[in-house]
Amino acid sequence: MSSAFLGMPPFPQAARRALADTQQRRNLAGATRTIRHKRAEVVGELPDWEELREAGRALKERTLRHLDHYLVQLEERVTAAGGQVHWARDAAEANRIVTRLVQETGEREVVKVKSMTTQETGLNRALETAGITAYETDLAELIVQLGDDLPSHILVPAIHRNRAEIRELFRRTMPDAEGVGDDPAELAEAARRYLRQKFLRAKVGISGANFLVAETGTAVVVESEGNGRMCLTLPETLISVVGIEKVVPTWQDLEVYLQLLPRSSTGERMNPYTSTWTGTQDGDGPRGFHLVLLDGGRTDTLADRIGRQTLNCIRCSACLNVCPVYERTGGHAYGSVYPGPIGAVLNPQLRGTGTETDRSLPFASTLCGACYEVCPVKIDIPEVLVHLRARVVEETGGRRHTPTPEAVAMRAARWVFSSPARLSAAQRLAALGSRVVARRGRIARLPGPLAGWTDARDAPAPAGEPFRQWWERTHR
Amino acid sequence: MRTALFITCFNDTMHPATGRAVVTLLERLGCTVDFPAGQTCCGQMHFNTGYQRDCIPLVRRFGEVFAGYDAVVAPSGSCAAMIRHHHARVAEVAGDRGLLEAVRTAPPVYELSEFLVDVLEVTDVGAYFPHRVTYHPTCHSLRMLGVADRPLALLRAVRGIDLVELPDATQCCGFGGTFALKNSDTSVAMGADKVRGVLDSGAEVLCAGDNSCLTHIGGLLSRLRTGVRTMHLAEILAATERTTATEPTTATERTTATGAPSHAVATGGGPR
Ligand code: SF4
Repeated sequence: MSSAFLGMPPFPQAARRALADTQQRRNLAGATRTIRHKRAEVVGELPDWEELREAGRALKERTLRHLDHYLVQLEERVTAAGGQVHWARDAAEANRIVTRLVQETGEREVVKVKSMTTQETGLNRALETAGITAYETDLAELIVQLGDDLPSHILVPAIHRNRAEIRELFRRTMPDAEGVGDDPAELAEAARRYLRQKFLRAKVGISGANFLVAETGTAVVVESEGNGRMCLTLPETLISVVGIEKVVPTWQDLEVYLQLLPRSSTGERMNPYTSTWTGTQDGDGPRGFHLVLLDGGRTDTLADRIGRQTLNCIRCSACLNVCPVYERTGGHAYGSVYPGPIGAVLNPQLRGTGTETDRSLPFASTLCGACYEVCPVKIDIPEVLVHLRARVVEETGGRRHTPTPEAVAMRAARWVFSSPARLSAAQRLAALGSRVVARRGRIARLPGPLAGWTDARDAPAPAGEPFRQWWERTHR
Repeated sequence: MRTALFITCFNDTMHPATGRAVVTLLERLGCTVDFPAGQTCCGQMHFNTGYQRDCIPLVRRFGEVFAGYDAVVAPSGSCAAMIRHHHARVAEVAGDRGLLEAVRTAPPVYELSEFLVDVLEVTDVGAYFPHRVTYHPTCHSLRMLGVADRPLALLRAVRGIDLVELPDATQCCGFGGTFALKNSDTSVAMGADKVRGVLDSGAEVLCAGDNSCLTHIGGLLSRLRTGVRTMHLAEILAATERTTATEPTTATERTTATGAPSHAVATGGGPR
């Protein structure tokens, strides 16, 4: 049902196309600005915000250091509470497990709570192949699904669509929605009517989880619309697919994250619905509960000393909303369900750097640091970006390969900078060369790989007298 | 106190007027600076583009050249941030204990506004600059160094200045080093919004503490013939009643392509 990101061009090309989408540019500029301000306001209310962030980071890092212990504890507690735990090495295995579990119920339909992890594994397509229809019940996720579109934001997957487009989509795809207007309340009502039937009919629910509490084996979903509560309580069977990094040791640790997450994510003091469930309970909620724990590159990420902080992420999307690159290119350019700054560091670690797209992601940033400043679990995203850039360079231009033109240029620059005499000579050469192309100190067109600069920007000409010459002349 | 000037390779080659202004300014304030001739580059471009191994000789050179000074001043927020935050990492990549020790014991590196406000403890540097100016807080000065409102405090004390606010000032301009080339479309899109802010501010001069970002924004301002020029903070702070009559006109015409500088700020004032 949902299309794949497979075969997307690398970031620079995808971004060029996205930048030309005027509607999306306007939607994103408006939406990210609104949510940025909301976040700043509610974060500003807490005098201990920095201490909270520090606690959020420290708890995650400590838990990840002892992840093996907490995962085993979690499995014990979930099992003791009547649930069943399944371990999935990668996306394919997770999808196979879920498909089998649904097939065992004999059902052909499932309702889904918005879940990044099942987006990551491409579960809906896998289910579809097995003849099982998955209905997304989060409003924005539903919009993406009905439009056979791709998500472009972690929290608001349809942020690139406006209400006129959504009305058009609803009229086309929902029964009884021909007359719906473009008022947001009216659109929400149409979706509510459409989804209500699915909730009442569904026997199987599929979710992710924001947190897993090891001490009791409890899963936690934090949401705004109440669709999650429906999917988690009405069906007979509940299957939750969760990344192994989502575990926290105790309920007390949750206290920190339940303050950090809503303020960072929707700019609310508290989210409307927080659902927790522990195994199964007679006469209350699903009678069967399965927890599928996904590795999918997380163990490898954990093994990397600098990269491992990426696993602190609680998917709040604050980094997307402040990112000046994301604000202009939107999410699709990142070629993954994880866009923006977190996507730029997460994808090349979870998926590896095998494709041109994944290799281009660490470079899709100016390193401005706005993401690090807001991240509630203090992931130093610029540090990880630069670390991954080095990995990409090692893999493509490293000593074992024929050097790329860029690597040659970098080596030449190192050679020049390794001696002031060489630097002086290079400065003389540059000044000479620029005489050919400069007009009144301004260069309108540069040759070769530098042409990208002068496509839209003038360049200054190198100085006739570099600073070091002036110093020599006046201060010696 | 023995103070060394780290001019940065980019300023040395492309914006010597900024370096001359720093010298003029610091000498006017009674501070003797030295320019160790062995200096070249801090390695920022290599490091941020992923060529960490190519940084190793540059970091080593930096340590050798500036060892023994009490303080280093650099008129670039991003280069100061590179040295302060990443030289240790380069030493780590090199697996060289000696280099790591050299980085640890190296003299403190100050961005210009930090040096003025924190070390020399001045905000009124005696400058005169009768123009409408807006200030862009470049990302590395703002977020990596945390210079906060030091540059604005310095600018506010300039006589004759009409300092106006830049809308969305803290948004990145889109330069990002090699990002400007690798992702030139996105870089320009971000720059266009920065230009919009600059034009909306009504300023005739855009000021910042980093010539790399100014080259990007200035390149757009110049290409579009906006009539707004860019100036490094140092050049405004170096300006006095005696120098303001001979300013150049546009961002990219600040340095002449040939011959000796005609810039009055460059040679005026200060003891030799
Ligand atoms: S990286 Fe930080 S800011 Fe971005 S989504 Fe994850 S937790 Fe939120």
